[in-house]
Amino acid sequence: MLRVSISKKRGEFVLQADFAVPTPAVVALFGPSGCGKTTLVNLISGLLAPDEGRIQLDDTVLTDTNEGICVPAERRRIGYVFQDARLFPHFNVRGNLRYGLRRSSAGGSPLIGFEEVVSLLGLPELLDRRPHQLSGGERQRVGLGRALLSQPRLLLLDEPLASLDIARREEVLPYLEALRERLALPMVYVSHQFEEVLRLATHVVLMDAGRVVAQGTPEEVSLLPQLRAIVGPDSVGSVLDGVVTAVHPPVGMADLQLGTGCLHVSLQNVAVGSKVRVQLLARDIILATQKPQGLSVRNEFRGVIADITPDDPDTVLVKVDIGGVTVLARITQQASQALAFRPGSPVWVLVKAVSMRGRAFPLPR
Amino acid sequence: MPVPSRCWPATARSCESTWRAPQPKPVMAQLNPITTLTTAVHTLLSSAELDALGLSLDVAARSVLFSLPLAVLVAWTLTRARLPGRPVLDAFVHLPLVLPPVAVGYVLLVVFGINGPIGSWLHGRWGIQVAFTTGGAALATAVMTFPLMVRAIRIALENVDPGLEAAARTLGAGPLDRFCSITLPLMLPGILAGAVTAFAAGLGEFGAVITFASNIPGVTRTLPLALYTAIQSPGGDAAALRLAILSLILGLVGLLGAEVLARRVRRFLGR
Repeated sequence: MLRVSISKKRGEFVLQADFAVPTPAVVALFGPSGCGKTTLVNLISGLLAPDEGRIQLDDTVLTDTNEGICVPAERRRIGYVFQDARLFPHFNVRGNLRYGLRRSSAGGSPLIGFEEVVSLLGLPELLDRRPHQLSGGERQRVGLGRALLSQPRLLLLDEPLASLDIARREEVLPYLEALRERLALPMVYVSHQFEEVLRLATHVVLMDAGRVVAQGTPEEVSLLPQLRAIVGPDSVGSVLDGVVTAVHPPVGMADLQLGTGCLHVSLQNVAVGSKVRVQLLARDIILATQKPQGLSVRNEFRGVIADITPDDPDTVLVKVDIGGVTVLARITQQASQALAFRPGSPVWVLVKAVSMRGRAFPLPR
Repeated sequence: MPVPSRCWPATARSCESTWRAPQPKPVMAQLNPITTLTTAVHTLLSSAELDALGLSLDVAARSVLFSLPLAVLVAWTLTRARLPGRPVLDAFVHLPLVLPPVAVGYVLLVVFGINGPIGSWLHGRWGIQVAFTTGGAALATAVMTFPLMVRAIRIALENVDPGLEAAARTLGAGPLDRFCSITLPLMLPGILAGAVTAFAAGLGEFGAVITFASNIPGVTRTLPLALYTAIQSPGGDAAALRLAILSLILGLVGLLGAEVLARRVRRFLGR
């Protein structure tokens, strides 16, 4: 369990964060730029001292201002992957990786060894290069490896992809997924891109203006109005975790069991029985009062309207229960009135398979 | 060096054998650039002038060795430490730049002279005399070139990204470890540049040296002092010109050397 309850004032800005998440988990700290995410991870790492509060990781109290405890950063065994990598320019890649390894104080069995980090992160060809000879994505991988080799018991990642373009992100994200799969290492992942959260996180802590506004699993958080306030109307959509019931390799489609129905998703390289997470954007969902005939839509679920909330001046967000699973749909106010939608109305939920492209990701078992 | 007479027969024999089977060695020795240079220097400069050159190099080298660790410490304190009296320390360090060098030499004489507070203690407790010695000349030079060195090192330290030190911290490196493994190597270009500049400037330190260490041939008569002496003595014009040209060459080599060194280290660090 990672418990944080802390406050820090920096000029006009006040950070007041309270949350508790289980370990090991990948916790995403999600919020708009300038909401205090980096300050919060610096407080956890010990690079910054809080004005007041307490941080506890499993059985170890790292900070407690009431008891005068503040373990120095160098003895916390908390790895830190920085947004700007911060590789040491006077060492080559091997030297950078060894820096943390040489100073690691893990008694007993180490978390991970040099050779394994090198192969897991795809670094064999880079070992003799200097940091200025690496691409942005390579730099982040080396930074990640360096942090892992210090044998941490918690890994902090402060927007490791923010300084990379979309193509370079793909040089890093699969490695992060592999890492989550291989190590039972708790991670705190800072991001302001919900796609990254979707892909990596098991828990989400939502932050806005220096405060924790909500926390929960990605599924829970995706339905909250606090998330809508941060990501804007076009990125709202329920996140659903489902189990693959069938695969159709030639066309790259997979069937997911979701509530009462089955969702056809375009997804490569998944096996029957594995877990998949998918986000259905509210703006891509169609609601119908009757089972449609002669439509190209591949996915249809029978459901009941749970809730209708006004959103924009001319649209409403409709929550539909499709057998224990909630789907969000954004429709115009006019449509809602014309079809006489109200809580309890039976509806059909229609989802285009194509609309989920790039929004479905395999999960670890 | 006088050769003992009983060695003569042996030498003669060996000469004879060389003549019978000529080796290329003597020819090589004549063309050896170092030997050629030494010969040229001996033809151009008198032994007194050579002494002055050697002494200048000695004094400048010692002054750099004295002040380098202290300069790193002071530069670090001025840049990183949260000290209440920082501006005062800053001003104090830069004082030799604005004071007349003779005044600096006089203050040193008052403090380190045989009757001064530190000088008498050094002499009474350890039997060390500083004033009027080569070491004293080095001390005066060190004080005068100290601001130059601190300045160069400070600029280098300000260019070290504190984020790298923070990264080292998260990897388990304590304060001293961080300083030695990250900060110091990244400051190296500045430290080298500062040391070479201070060395080149130290070759020519005059006022403080002559006041504190006097103008003793072979002990404290460095290049500028020898130059001054030559100007003062009748018929010393040619010697003065030679010494002035020598100072010019040394200064140029020093400054160029500093630049080349700094560039190499920067390239090594990938900047």
